[in-house]
Amino acid sequence: MNSEKNRHVIPGEVIVSGNYRSEQNTFMIGEKIISSIIGLSDIRDGGVRVIPLTGGYIPKDDDLVIGKITSHSAMSWQVNINSCYDGMLPASDVFGRDFSSHSDDLASKLANGDLIVARIVNADMTRDPLLTISGRELGKIDSGELIQISPSKVPRLIGKRGSMIQMIEHATNANVTIGQNGLLVISCEDSNGLIKAINAVELIEEQAHVANLTDKVNEMLESKSD
Amino acid sequence: MGGRDTDIVLLDENGIRSDGRKVNETRKVSIKAGVLKNANGSAYIEFGDNKILVGVYGPRDVHPKHMSDTNTGIIRCRYHMTPFSVGERKNPAPSRREIEISKVIKEALEPAVMLKQFPRTAVDVYMEVLQADGGTRCAALTGASVALADAGIPMRDLVAGCAAGKAADTIILDVNNEEDQAGQADLPIGYMPNLEKITLLQLDGILTSDEYKKCLEIGIDGCKQVYEIQKKALQDKYFTTGGNNND
Repeated sequence: MNSEKNRHVIPGEVIVSGNYRSEQNTFMIGEKIISSIIGLSDIRDGGVRVIPLTGGYIPKDDDLVIGKITSHSAMSWQVNINSCYDGMLPASDVFGRDFSSHSDDLASKLANGDLIVARIVNADMTRDPLLTISGRELGKIDSGELIQISPSKVPRLIGKRGSMIQMIEHATNANVTIGQNGLLVISCEDSNGLIKAINAVELIEEQAHVANLTDKVNEMLESKSD
Repeated sequence: MGGRDTDIVLLDENGIRSDGRKVNETRKVSIKAGVLKNANGSAYIEFGDNKILVGVYGPRDVHPKHMSDTNTGIIRCRYHMTPFSVGERKNPAPSRREIEISKVIKEALEPAVMLKQFPRTAVDVYMEVLQADGGTRCAALTGASVALADAGIPMRDLVAGCAAGKAADTIILDVNNEEDQAGQADLPIGYMPNLEKITLLQLDGILTSDEYKKCLEIGIDGCKQVYEIQKKALQDKYFTTGGNNND
């Protein structure tokens, strides 16, 4: 095991005991904070969380996700967001307040199979998560390369305060939109940059558990610059 | 149960059992996590001569819809013995015994899995017994909890299973098929070692209250030994492939 701060834990393992806050993927019994998942423990500012190494995507409020329109009713679209819950995008979000199910045709704006970048407005699990595409950088995706990675590896791809993804973007001039649900869109005018960015993402997905990953990715990005 | 009129020597004068074990020794257990590509989580367990494959799906949509619960997720278990798992061909249709074991394993896993986090969904656990040699319910339970952890489903603890029992008037750990058939009692236990809670407890046969206490004590001890192997199986899959010691 590593230092006290970053440890590999399995469900039921006590991470730390004492005066700490229980955050993501942990629970408390008395003073003990216990992991509920396989992952890496992370203690920061008195809070304890576990970064998962496996598992699917569970929608959370304010998450940015990439989804695919699967169907629509008179009032809303159903969106596959790579989770056990389907996302719901209400028609009024696209057409505005004066939406009328008689005069407006949902398929004219978003057809089945279209990809969207959306933000989760409400994910209280009592009903399907509510999405919105009104906002900066949200909406229909027109171009780019769609890549799917394991949702548990998204935090690693983003890195501490976005360090990893910024490094990739700088080195390749690509624009990467990461959905918390494990789907990402990479667009780049230069095809070499695009290939490089895709390779970097694949490397991270493959070796997410390895330490010093940032250095490895950096090395890879700089190696074949010609 | 209670068949004392067999000619098998279950325990010799040196306290060695029919398969060469001591009274408080488990069979050799080995577990491998993540053996199936198409399931969300999986495990393969060898518990002595028992060989069991477990696949886990979920959380996912519940079909049929009426089974879903708006307050919590549900867990569904299917324990099944393949036709070639026993000496005489077993009819592959679910038997009364398999339905019972599916139910007790489901109830043994429920306290461990944090289903409240996923309302309206189901977690499906499929256990296939490829080869049976007594104590399959404990082995299947042990494998199932590794497969659930491998699927990344939040759990309070792993559930380890091990049986204790009585044969030749002696309390023994981890009853095998012969001891189960010819012995006097069998006490399968499912146990969460970190929380120190029992999730499965059945008793087939007759024990005095002292014998029962002793059985329970060594059974829990057996579960703790099995837990260490579960832990190792998960560590082997997730932590030993590089990474851990190079920062």
